[in-house]
Amino acid sequence: MSAEANTPSRRPVRRNRVNWQDIALRAALPLLAVAIALAVGAILLLLLGANPISAYASMVTGVFGSLSGFTQSFVKATPLLLVGLGICIAFRASVINIGAEGQIILGAVMGTWFALVFRTWPGWLLLPSTLIIGFLAGAAWGFVPGVLKARLGVNEILSTVMMNVIALQLMNLLLRGPLMDPAGVTAGTFLAQSERLPEQVWLFRPEWLRQTQLHAGALIAILMAVVVYIFLWRTTIGYRIRAVGLNPDASRYAGIPVPFYQALSLTLAGGFAGLAGIVEVLGIHHRLLEGITSGYGFSGIVAALFGGLHPLGALPASWLFGSLLVGADKMQRAVQVPSALIDTLLGLVVLLVVGSQRWSKRWAEQRQIAAETARREAKAAAGGQEGQV
Amino acid sequence: MNEVGTVAIIVGILTSAVRLATPYLYAAIGEAFAQTSGVVNLGVDGIMLVGGFAAFLVALTTGSLWLAVLAAAFVGVLMGLLMSLISVTLKAEQGISGIGLYMFGLGLSSLLFKVLVGTVKTVPGFPTVKIPLLGDIPYLGPILFQHSVLVYGAFLLVPVAWWFLEKTTWGLKIRAVGQNPAAADSLGVDVNRTRYFSVCLGAALAGIAGASLSVALLNLFQENMTAGMGFIAVALVYFGGWRPLGILGGALLFSAVDAMQLWMQVLGVKIPSDVAVMLPYLLTIAALAFATNRTRQPAALNVPFERGSN
Repeated sequence: MSAEANTPSRRPVRRNRVNWQDIALRAALPLLAVAIALAVGAILLLLLGANPISAYASMVTGVFGSLSGFTQSFVKATPLLLVGLGICIAFRASVINIGAEGQIILGAVMGTWFALVFRTWPGWLLLPSTLIIGFLAGAAWGFVPGVLKARLGVNEILSTVMMNVIALQLMNLLLRGPLMDPAGVTAGTFLAQSERLPEQVWLFRPEWLRQTQLHAGALIAILMAVVVYIFLWRTTIGYRIRAVGLNPDASRYAGIPVPFYQALSLTLAGGFAGLAGIVEVLGIHHRLLEGITSGYGFSGIVAALFGGLHPLGALPASWLFGSLLVGADKMQRAVQVPSALIDTLLGLVVLLVVGSQRWSKRWAEQRQIAAETARREAKAAAGGQEGQV
Repeated sequence: MNEVGTVAIIVGILTSAVRLATPYLYAAIGEAFAQTSGVVNLGVDGIMLVGGFAAFLVALTTGSLWLAVLAAAFVGVLMGLLMSLISVTLKAEQGISGIGLYMFGLGLSSLLFKVLVGTVKTVPGFPTVKIPLLGDIPYLGPILFQHSVLVYGAFLLVPVAWWFLEKTTWGLKIRAVGQNPAAADSLGVDVNRTRYFSVCLGAALAGIAGASLSVALLNLFQENMTAGMGFIAVALVYFGGWRPLGILGGALLFSAVDAMQLWMQVLGVKIPSDVAVMLPYLLTIAALAFATNRTRQPAALNVPFERGSN
């Protein structure tokens, strides 16, 4: 956006041309951040008396060494991508949504509840409506801090953190009460999990992948990435959301109701996190259980930041972090290095990526200006020659 | 319930409230230093966890409690330096860098706990010190004057912080770089150095807040033991209008609600514990919505300083 604004040329910017050099440079910085984080992790492991080479090797073989490991990286990438798409929308509007954990929970809880109540419905009706309910429940959980920010100026970072804890307690309350599996009650196990959902609402998994956890949710997530891309870059509402994030004062001056779009972006972000929650339920567990979020609400932020807050950048980013999470699980089992190592490194990646953002933006602007100057000089030179002839 | 019982319960709740206010006070007053200088540090919870673990580990291995508190403050400063480097020197978005710092602290404290300690262990924490004479006052004595040193320290910190911010040159500089960094800069105040100092001082206090949990109140360490206390502490700074006295009021209100829900569970009041646990968080949202005095907010809060740009 800022680059476009800087262009003095009156010619319309050719926006369909892909600038590969720009993309490569943009991808290089985050990759460097991951490399640095892994190096810091290696030093940590050495200090703790573990062998970093065998730890990282177990991560790589854990992901690429087997079909189950490899497909698992896509299983983990699915919620990361869905959460990350919501984060893209919110962060693009300069709204920092830390509430994905709670929004995932609400999506999972309300979707599960809905599917259990209407369990007699046929699959073609029940599955889509359950997904929609999950989206709407997450959106409602994002709407609350969104409205509080828009109307009362409540800092959304703090309110979404609080909403996370409230959602967690709400789920615990329901899993120990009305949503608890009746089988667990009669058997006397009282496990904090819901009844198993009817099979017609499970997300599709082909026969030859029955040994894995891969499910059609991955396709939903990829489809959503395209949808969010079109929404943010090809619709008026998406344009306004980005405008609000880039320059709230100018947007206000242009007549865009800034608080409305901030609340809207937070609501949509909640919706995608809610969708991630219900997709986890319908794709993997087929029931609601404790720990459904697996920390995706936070790692999704990392994936989105890593993908440059671009829906299509979030695609490779979520796969990368999905693989890191799978690798961390395998590492924990193979060489007894706690997977908390990866949580630590994710935090470092966030710090490094935001720390470098300002500089990468500045470099991008400088390149843009240099290219523009070169183009104009070339044009002037060409014009001069024409004049001579 | 008879009258003696009721009085005993009220005294019990208030005593717990004073104890539980301790970590909030250290963390929120620390955060007030950072925010007064213009930096929102959202990594407080992560710093508390790392500080709490450091204190626990030192207490476990050396048995020295003061060394434990010192260690907590020290790792707090290290975390503060990291936060300052990212948000002051590299001028990153403060909200996101704070969340990164939180994730880093949460992960690091869990990792180190699992590798170095493994199972839940307890340490002998700071003993209760009964203040002579004052501690013998009926009702008031047990509520206010029968606590550990770190609890007294937290309450002493309130006037000290007020004096430091309002009456010293350092405090004036901190307030100046938070209100108008360009003006402060033109008068020769090193804006970035002042912010580094404030963030690190605040982070040291956040570390001590963690230590107050692990070696004075609970005497153990668990993964994610703060459960979002650091975020409530940040909210308390808004609630308290960036003034130590306001923060004290907020911290006491929150710890009283916390103490009440704990006591309700102990007494078997018919309310699901999940609902009771939600209360302080619901209260935080309500407080942020209806009780934040924005007129006192430092004008340059959340804005990185760059010469010539403002």
